[in-house]
Amino acid sequence: MRRQSLTLWLTLMVLSCMLTTTAAAQDVSPATKIELDPLLVQAELQRVEGIARAMPSAVSVFVPGGGGGGSGVLISPDGYALTNFHVSSPAGTFMRCGLSDGQIYDAVIVGIDPVGDLALIRLLGRDDFPFAQMGNSLSAQVGDWCMVIGNPFLLASNLQPTVTWGILSGVGRYQYPSGTLLEYGDCLQTDASINPGNSGGPLYDASGKLLGIVGRASFEKRGRVNVGVGYAISVQQAKNFLGALRSGRIVDHATLGATVATDPDGGARISNVLESSDAYRRGLRYGAEILEIDGRTVRTANEVQKVLATLPSGWRVNVRYRSDGETRERLVRLMGVHGEDELLEKMAAALPPPPPRPDPPPAGRPDSPDDPDSKEGPDIPGGLEKMREAEEGGQAPVLPQLKVRDKKLPEAVAAQLIERKGFANYFYNEQKQRALFESLKDQMITENQSSDRSWVISGVTNSEPAIPFRCEMGEGKLVWTLGNEKTEFADRSELYDAINRQSTASVVAAMDGLRRLLDQGTKKFGEIYYWGTMPLGGQRPLRDCLVGNDGELELRWMTHPDTRRLEVMEVFADLDLDPLEVWFQYQAVDSRELSKPVGFEVRFGTESRLSLRVQSWGVEEPDAVNPSVSDATIRSGIDLAGVFDETN
Amino acid sequence: MKRIDPQRPLGGPAMIAITLATLFISLLGEQTRADSPLVRLSRDSQKRVVKIYGAGGLSGLEAYQSGFLVSPDGHIATAWSYVLDVEPIVLLDDGRRFEAEIIGFEPALELAVLKIDAGDLPYFPFGKSDDVQWGDPVLAVSNLFNIATGEEPASVMQGTIASVSRLNARSGTLKTPYNGTVYILDLVANNPGAAGGALVDLSGQLVGMLGKELRDAETGVWLNYAIPAEATKGIIGDIIAGRLTTKVDTEQPSLPRERAHSALTLGMDLVPDVLEATPVFVDSVHRDGAGWRAGLRPDDLILLVNGKRVESQRVMRQVLRTIDRRDDVQITVQRENQILPLTLRP
Repeated sequence: MRRQSLTLWLTLMVLSCMLTTTAAAQDVSPATKIELDPLLVQAELQRVEGIARAMPSAVSVFVPGGGGGGSGVLISPDGYALTNFHVSSPAGTFMRCGLSDGQIYDAVIVGIDPVGDLALIRLLGRDDFPFAQMGNSLSAQVGDWCMVIGNPFLLASNLQPTVTWGILSGVGRYQYPSGTLLEYGDCLQTDASINPGNSGGPLYDASGKLLGIVGRASFEKRGRVNVGVGYAISVQQAKNFLGALRSGRIVDHATLGATVATDPDGGARISNVLESSDAYRRGLRYGAEILEIDGRTVRTANEVQKVLATLPSGWRVNVRYRSDGETRERLVRLMGVHGEDELLEKMAAALPPPPPRPDPPPAGRPDSPDDPDSKEGPDIPGGLEKMREAEEGGQAPVLPQLKVRDKKLPEAVAAQLIERKGFANYFYNEQKQRALFESLKDQMITENQSSDRSWVISGVTNSEPAIPFRCEMGEGKLVWTLGNEKTEFADRSELYDAINRQSTASVVAAMDGLRRLLDQGTKKFGEIYYWGTMPLGGQRPLRDCLVGNDGELELRWMTHPDTRRLEVMEVFADLDLDPLEVWFQYQAVDSRELSKPVGFEVRFGTESRLSLRVQSWGVEEPDAVNPSVSDATIRSGIDLAGVFDETN
Repeated sequence: MKRIDPQRPLGGPAMIAITLATLFISLLGEQTRADSPLVRLSRDSQKRVVKIYGAGGLSGLEAYQSGFLVSPDGHIATAWSYVLDVEPIVLLDDGRRFEAEIIGFEPALELAVLKIDAGDLPYFPFGKSDDVQWGDPVLAVSNLFNIATGEEPASVMQGTIASVSRLNARSGTLKTPYNGTVYILDLVANNPGAAGGALVDLSGQLVGMLGKELRDAETGVWLNYAIPAEATKGIIGDIIAGRLTTKVDTEQPSLPRERAHSALTLGMDLVPDVLEATPVFVDSVHRDGAGWRAGLRPDDLILLVNGKRVESQRVMRQVLRTIDRRDDVQITVQRENQILPLTLRP
C-alpha cells in the first residue's frame, strides 16, 4: 500500500518536472502521453524497494515516563536491537519500542558499551521480528547513496518512522570523545538529515542493508538541528562488540598499551609503550612502525586510533610491525581503556543527578530497590541531554504526551532482568554461561559422575622420541609427570608461581580448572561470567569466551560458535605476565560431533612449549590406584591410541 | 530567478533526474560498485580540495577553512578571511603539508589565492561554467567543522542549486562585501570551515566556491551559497599566469624618505602601530588632504595599495616608500561591508 503510493508520488513529481521543462521548450499539448525514461523509473523503483526493505527493522524508542527517546534497529528475529548508549541510558533498564507495523513492544536492556555509545536491547513478545541485514561498512565509499530511518524529534508518535536520504560524506572518520565517553572512532559521515531523536537508529545503504548506528551530529550555532553532518558508528564496529554486548556486560574499549605518533616521513611509530603491556612483551618498542592491526592497514597515528576504537578491550589481534628493519607479525592482547571501576565511575558522572522524587520508590523487585548500582529508573526525565550539549544527536526533548504513570516494570521485562554491578543485565550473562557450560559438559562428560572424582589424562609428547606424560587432577592432588620428572602442586599459589615462571607443568592448572568447572558447575566454581566473543589467535569466527576466577587464577574457556568445541583454555596468574595457554586438537576437524580432544599444546606468549598426544582421557574413581605411567589401564578412560595409529 | 533556457533542450530538472537516476542505478549493481560515477566523482573532487589552517581558534573563530587547487603548480583558491591573517598551512588530500604564501587577494570577491611549492597536482581547470542554472545537482566538497582529521579526505555533500540570484537583492540584511551573483544551494553547505570549498557539477566541473558563513540580520536565517566560478575565474587566471599579484615586491628599491609617499603625504593618521602586524586602520583624515578629497574616512581599513596587499602598517610603510610622492596612489578600503577603490591624488 505504502509502496504504491510512494511510487505514485515519485512518478507525479517526475512528471511535473518534465512538464515544466518540455512545455517551455516545445509546444506540447498537455494531453500527450509522457514517456518516462526507463532508467528513471528503474532508479525510483529501486529506491522504493530499498526503503521498503529497510523500514520494518527500524525501531522508535521511547523512554517511559516522558524521559525522551530515540531510535534503534532490530538485528535478529528474537528481538535484539542496537541503539545508542546515550538513548538507553536515561531509560535505564526498560523502554518501549514502536515498529512501523504499528505495534509497541516492551524492551529490556541487554548490554552497553558506554565508550562506543552502543547499547543492545531486546524487544520482547515475538520470535519473528523483522530485522536488518548487515551490510559491509568497510567497503562503503564516499558518494554512496544511503538513508537514515528513525524517530527524529520523536515524531513517530504514530510509530511511522521518518526516512531521510543522502550520501556518505566521509568514511573512517574519527570524532573525539564527548567529555570522557562516547568516542566515535571509525564512523561514517552522512548528509542525510540527522536530528535529535535519530540517535541509535539505522543508517542503511541504498539497498536497505545496515551500514551503521546513527548517534551524533555536528551542531553549532544553528541550534540542535541538522546542518548536513551526521555520524554513524560503523556496523563493523558494532559486529565486533555484539558478542560482548550479548553477555549483558558493560563493555570497555581497547588500547594497545602504547602511544603512537605519525612520523613526518610517514608511518605510525610507537612513541611510548607500557612495560606491563602485552604489546611490550610481543616486542613492540619505541620507534617500531605499526603496519597492520587486526588485518587493517594503518599508516598514521590517526588510523591506529581508529582501528583500536572499533575493538573491545581484551581482544587478542594480529599486529604487524617493522622494527630494526625486520617485519614481524605478533598476536597482541589489547588492554582496556579504563579500569572496571573507572568506567563505572565515568558512567555515573555522565548521568545527570537524579531529580527529587516526590513519590516513594515503586515496590520494585526484591533484588534491586536498594542496589546502589541500579540504573536510574524509567521515571527520570531529561537523560543525558545536558552532558551532550553541543555535539550529540541525542534523544529528543521530553514530550509531555508520552508521560506514563506506572513505574513498575512489566512482568516480561522483570523476568529478563537481573541487575548486578559491572553488568547492564546479568540475566543474559547467566543464560550464556549456562549454554556454554552445557556445551562443555556435552563435550567432556560421557557418563554419570560422582562429585569427588579425579581425572587422569595421559599420552605421549609429539617429539622424537616420544616421552610419556600423565596429568592427574583430584581434590588436593595435582600431579604432572613428564618422563621421569614428576611435579606435584600442593596448592593454588604453587600453580600461580608455576604459570608466572612459564613452567609447562602448570598445564594441570588448566586441566584441573576444567575438571572442577564440569564437576561443580558454574554456581559453585567461584566467580564465573560469560565474557562475550573474541577472535582466537587473531582469527575469525569469533569464539565464545567463559571466564572463571579461581582464587588468584583467572581461567578462560574459548569455544567455537559452530562446533561448540573447547578450543583453547587460558590461565592467567599475574595479569601483567603471559598466561598459560592450552590449545586443544581434535580428530575430525569438520565433524559436528562433540568429542574429547586427541591432543593439546602448551603455549606461553606466542611460543609452543609442549605438544602432546592424548592416549587416555579418563575419570578415575576416588579409590582407584594407578601408580605408573606406562601402565595405561585407566578404568573408565577412552583409549584413543587406535585413532592415532590411523592418522599416523 | 527561475530561468528556463531554450538553448538547452534537455536541460533542467528532467535531465537532472535522469542523471541522478543513472548515478543511483549504477551504484546498486554490485559488480559496478567500484566504478560508481558518484563515488568516482566524489573521490576526484576530494583530491583537489585542501585544508587550510591559520589564525583563529579563539572566541568561536575557527582556525581552519577550505580551499581548492586551481593549477598543477600549487595555486589554491580560497575564501578571504581572518584565517589568512597569518601565512597559512595547507594540507593536501595526499596528506602532505605545506606552508603557503598569499599571492592574490580580491576583497570584492572575498577571494584569496595561495601558492604552495609543489608540482604535478590534480586541480580544477576553469572551463565553461556560465550555463549553471537552478535545479542542477551539485556536490559541495569542503573541510567543514574540520571533520577530516589528519590525512582524512574532505567531506562531500550533495544537493542542488536552488536559485541563481544576487546577494544584494535584500540589501543590508546580508553583511558581505560581495554583491554579485550567487548560487543559492539546497544543501547545508556553509558551515564553519566550509568557506573556500569547491562546488562541482556532476561532470566534475568546478562551478563555484563555497562562501563564508552568512546570516540574514533580520530573519536570522543562515544562507547556503556559493560564489560562481565564472565570477572568479578571470582574476584567478591572471594570478596563475603571473599577470597579477598582490604580493609586495621586496626587490623594488625604496625611494629616499623625502621623495616617497607616507601616511602623512596622503593626508591621514593611522591607528597607533603597537602590534607586530597592526592592521591599517585609518584613525583620522586631514582636512583637504589627498585622503579627504578621495572620500577616505576614519575607521576605513586599507587592504590594498596600488594592488599590493598591506596586511600590516609595516608593509604599508614599505609599499609607500616605493611610490614617488608626486604620483597618484590607488587604494582599496573596507568600510563596514563595502569594498571601495579610492584614488588618492597628491
